[in-house]
Amino acid sequence: MPATEVNTMHDLLPKPEVEKLRAKAAEIDHPHEMIVDVLRAIQDHHGWVPDEGVQLTAAILGVTPVEVDELATFYDKIYRRPVGRKVIHVCDSVCCWATGTDKIVEHLRQQLGIDPGQTSADGMFTLLPTCCLGVCGDAPAMMIGLTTYGPLTVEDIDRILEQERRGATAAEKIDS
Amino acid sequence: MSDYPQVLFKNRIPGQTVFLKGYEKTGGYEGLRIALRDTPQEVTEHVKNSGLRGRGGAGFPTGVKWSFFPVDEKGEKYLVCNGDEMEPGTYKDRLLILADPHQLVEGMIIAAYALQAPVGYIFLRYAYEDCSRVVAKAIAEAEAAGYLGRDILGSGFSFELHLHRSAGRYILGEETALLTGLEGRRPYPRAKPPFPAQSGLFGRPTNVNNVETFANVPHILRNGNAWYQELSGPENSPGTKLFGLSGHFKRTRCFELPLGITLREVVKEYGGGIRGGKRFKACLPGGASTPYLTADHLDVAMDFDPLEKVESRLGTAGVTAFDEDTCMLAVSCNVNRFFVRESCGWCTPCREGLQMVSWLLEKIEAGRGTEDDLTMLHDQYRNISGRSFCALAEGAMAPLGALLRLFEEELRDHIRQGSCPFV
Repeated sequence: MPATEVNTMHDLLPKPEVEKLRAKAAEIDHPHEMIVDVLRAIQDHHGWVPDEGVQLTAAILGVTPVEVDELATFYDKIYRRPVGRKVIHVCDSVCCWATGTDKIVEHLRQQLGIDPGQTSADGMFTLLPTCCLGVCGDAPAMMIGLTTYGPLTVEDIDRILEQERRGATAAEKIDS
Repeated sequence: MSDYPQVLFKNRIPGQTVFLKGYEKTGGYEGLRIALRDTPQEVTEHVKNSGLRGRGGAGFPTGVKWSFFPVDEKGEKYLVCNGDEMEPGTYKDRLLILADPHQLVEGMIIAAYALQAPVGYIFLRYAYEDCSRVVAKAIAEAEAAGYLGRDILGSGFSFELHLHRSAGRYILGEETALLTGLEGRRPYPRAKPPFPAQSGLFGRPTNVNNVETFANVPHILRNGNAWYQELSGPENSPGTKLFGLSGHFKRTRCFELPLGITLREVVKEYGGGIRGGKRFKACLPGGASTPYLTADHLDVAMDFDPLEKVESRLGTAGVTAFDEDTCMLAVSCNVNRFFVRESCGWCTPCREGLQMVSWLLEKIEAGRGTEDDLTMLHDQYRNISGRSFCALAEGAMAPLGALLRLFEEELRDHIRQGSCPFV
């Protein structure tokens, strides 16, 4: 579990981005409407939204932390707990169920050694179920990060996991 | 497969998106020029006379909805596109946006002019990141070309259009929850009345339509009502409809077909029948919140009114098929779990009642059910129907009602046998 220590606001969102969001919020009549945007920006940078992220969002927009957390705890794609480098959302709605979600989840469990709701030991993947992804013609499907994959076979999954793993490692090299 | 006219998909090339240049080449933004020559009231009247019905699931006549809008009211008024497509079995709006996004943008500009709404939002669900990139580009192109922004094509009318990227949850597809979500508050649905046309986004008059509904508007303006009405059969819902096929069909693709085509033609010609040479048993005709149809319904017209006559609904026309080996109780277990998980928790019948329904369905499916459980299931169905705060639990009751009406014997088989007969 990558329980990243949050010491400064900078870890959550780079200063220029904070300033950009603050400037945009000053321009609009209803800063609340940017809450989801700011939460998503923090999550893009930090991976998930800790309490400090809720406070930062409130500070940027001039709203209360409670108003932010009401949203952060409602939306299932805002992570309020640590997740792996990449989140795998496996669709378990009816079209995917009818075409074999169970096999897909079982294979992912075996490959990653985790149950849904858990993160792999190397901190790379968190496995979560999701409702319909809107790719019902390509069922069964899953989404990793913001990329959707389907129709899936068990063989596809091994290749996709490998590819996503390489992608994450490459991104890490560019970052550092 | 017949050679039906293609309107929304006429520029569709799988894997590619047609942007401004290609869109203009095929008549794009001509509808807007025509609209701007008329008065706003005339545009609404025109859309009303076309007979276009909302494509988001309810099938309410679009022009009639627009005619309720307080066009002359001073101050902020909003136009909102519901792109939260999260109904299981539904993926038409995604394909529409990915194929030809300017139809949506032009349709919204025309609607904004008709309703004199200076600000619009396109609300897109989290999983549609590909669509959001495409829509953002289309908005920028339309702005650069003078179709969006200040003094559109010299008409004096101004309209700004924003894109909102959401963060999940099915309830956002309910229009009042969507508006609350757009405002940046916890997205519970709101009581109606007041309807959004009176008090919507930020308490101001707001009109909400689905992606596919807006996309029809430019074509109606450009080609006229007579053309539009000839696209489909004699029933009172003209135009084409995007049918997204899924489940056990051989071909699970999205087709643009005339409204009123029979279920048989959808299943046989477009779905290519059922995988593995199996027989068609049942389908959800328009998403998870529509009542099942069976092989007895193959001659029913896939249209709003004919489907209501057989106690079902067209919904989103996302048709999910099930083969003869499928346990319909198991399907209902899955579908109801979806609604349990996506309930916002605001009202008791939905939050508690749907849980109880899942408990009963899963107990019977596991072979531990009794006749009393079946009676209780009927009770739950009766007591949840019509008693929830918004349409979510109502949607959950649709397939449950059909399960009890069409497949009660299958449920009894589970109880008698003490296990699922389909395993």
